[in-house]
Amino acid sequence: MKFRLGMATREAYGRKLAELGALHPEIVVVSGDLAKSTYVYLFRERFPERFFELGISEQNMMGVAAGLALCGKTVFVSTFAVFATSRCYDQIRVSIAQPHLNVKVVASHGGITVGEDGASAQAIEDVALMCALPGFTVIVPADEVETAQAVEVAARTYGPFYIRTGRPRFPVVFDEGYRFELGRAALLRPGNDVTLVANGIMVSVALEAAEILAREGVSARVLAMATVKPIDREAIAAAAEETGAIVTAEEHLIQGALGAAVAQVVAETVPVPVEFVGIRDRYGESGKPEELMRKFGLTPEDVATAARRAMARRDALARRHRFLAAELQP
Amino acid sequence: MAQESATPPRPSPTLFVSPAPGPFPRRPLAELLVPETQARLAAICRRVRGHILRMTAAAGSGHPGGSLSAVEILTTLYFGIMRHDPANPRWPLRDRFILSKGHAAPALYAVLAEAGYFPPELLLTLRKLGSPLQGHVSYNLDIGVEASSGSLGQGFSVGVGMALAGRLDGLDYRVYVLLGDGELDEGQVWEAALAAAHYRLDNLTAIVDANGIQNDDFVARTLNLEPLAGKWAAFGWRVIEVDGHDLAELARALDAARAVRTRPAVVVARTVKGKGVSFMEHNPEFHGRAPRPDELERALAELGEAGP
Repeated sequence: MKFRLGMATREAYGRKLAELGALHPEIVVVSGDLAKSTYVYLFRERFPERFFELGISEQNMMGVAAGLALCGKTVFVSTFAVFATSRCYDQIRVSIAQPHLNVKVVASHGGITVGEDGASAQAIEDVALMCALPGFTVIVPADEVETAQAVEVAARTYGPFYIRTGRPRFPVVFDEGYRFELGRAALLRPGNDVTLVANGIMVSVALEAAEILAREGVSARVLAMATVKPIDREAIAAAAEETGAIVTAEEHLIQGALGAAVAQVVAETVPVPVEFVGIRDRYGESGKPEELMRKFGLTPEDVATAARRAMARRDALARRHRFLAAELQP
Repeated sequence: MAQESATPPRPSPTLFVSPAPGPFPRRPLAELLVPETQARLAAICRRVRGHILRMTAAAGSGHPGGSLSAVEILTTLYFGIMRHDPANPRWPLRDRFILSKGHAAPALYAVLAEAGYFPPELLLTLRKLGSPLQGHVSYNLDIGVEASSGSLGQGFSVGVGMALAGRLDGLDYRVYVLLGDGELDEGQVWEAALAAAHYRLDNLTAIVDANGIQNDDFVARTLNLEPLAGKWAAFGWRVIEVDGHDLAELARALDAARAVRTRPAVVVARTVKGKGVSFMEHNPEFHGRAPRPDELERALAELGEAGP
């Protein structure tokens, strides 16, 4: 399966934001010297008076965003994901999350597909950090279509949001008619043998994995789970019930983000084997995005392997249950 | 054994002394300097100190030292300089005050109660479960608290954002931010100082409660800040240094600050930590310790605030 290579999700964000600026006079943008990279310069070009450049000072930037929000503005704050989260985490926590303000932190350059810039520039823990903030909504869109939709929903929904976009061009997995719903998974491919839950660039990877599995006679369901928080409990419970095996796939540490959120719902609803595709307790490094995806185990084959493992564990459990049931027959 | 009463503890009579709530205008300097006004402000300061001591004593914890040092500053702002209406805490044209040194919450609460934002009886619920009077200030416009703080250095940036919003919306409200001198250790403060000067925010006034003591020790021994006025000036701010306990000097400084154009102004208020209580003054111990019952009694007696 080959996907059309779309624009970078950061560019889709910048374009949509500039468009929304015309409809929503209350939208203001706060930027930390990376307006070209985050594409918020498109908003600046059209609405310079509603654009605030604060230089390389993320801590202050978050506080300024809070102040603007306290005066009724819908505030979009953008910089690289590493600077938008860990660099100013306490400012987000106290100035934005605790008072539950209408601030949308939209970060670019999420994950290892940042590429050559290396570990310091590759946010691999940002989603976990933002999920840990009570009241924050956290979204990792899969492509340009979903990004534009998510940004629009964020602009129209009160409260603090984190939206993670990426640096490279992303394969397009949604058609133009797609309507993103906050907190709802999108079923991209029906299937009954195993469920692949992914977000960000890993949605296209999961769809390719489903193709690999299909050639083996395995019918894999693919759920695009852009909203990590609040997570779609119904879709996860149904997937657990109906397919009995789940794989999560994310361009992030396997701790604290999509995999953890899915596993928690599975544990609380229909406990079935879950396998996690993601980065395992290490930082990134320099390299081409595709090289890094291979090195970090984020390829379609890695997802397919995890699916086979999850199904094998499910089947082993079922055999054991049948055995125990037989033993217990009077 | 008698059952404990379900009614809250009876506050001392002085807690009920409060001016009639109503809108506060920005008073001209001349009006602030007349002896009657000065005497009225001094009386409010004395009551506010009494509140701070009783509140922290009742809570059994809190930060009396840095609350007592800020009393004249807060009283001058809320009863002379700022335009606000306790009956309408969401009034868009209100001047905003942000307590960036969020641990001085008792001082702010006491002044808000005196101004009529909530009944003074509420003060004794400080730090208690279910009370809006959180240990460090937490955004709650119902009681007049404009922003959350408590993690130092953050409120100042929030004030910069409010000032930018005011200018964007063409509203003439002013924003006041109170910082501690120990708080100036935080790098974020200087990021915000740069931004406010860059944007020429003449609707923003910072006030430094320079009481010379931070959590562990004296500021000069912890991390030297001097020359403090020079630092602010170098960042592009108009600097006004005053005795932060002299009501007339404060009125002149804050009036001058609101007249500055094309750049922000900072009032460096030289204060005494624990001001007004002999054994708390200049004493780092009372940065973060509440008075014990015997200490409360002595302190209130010194202030002339002792209840029956």
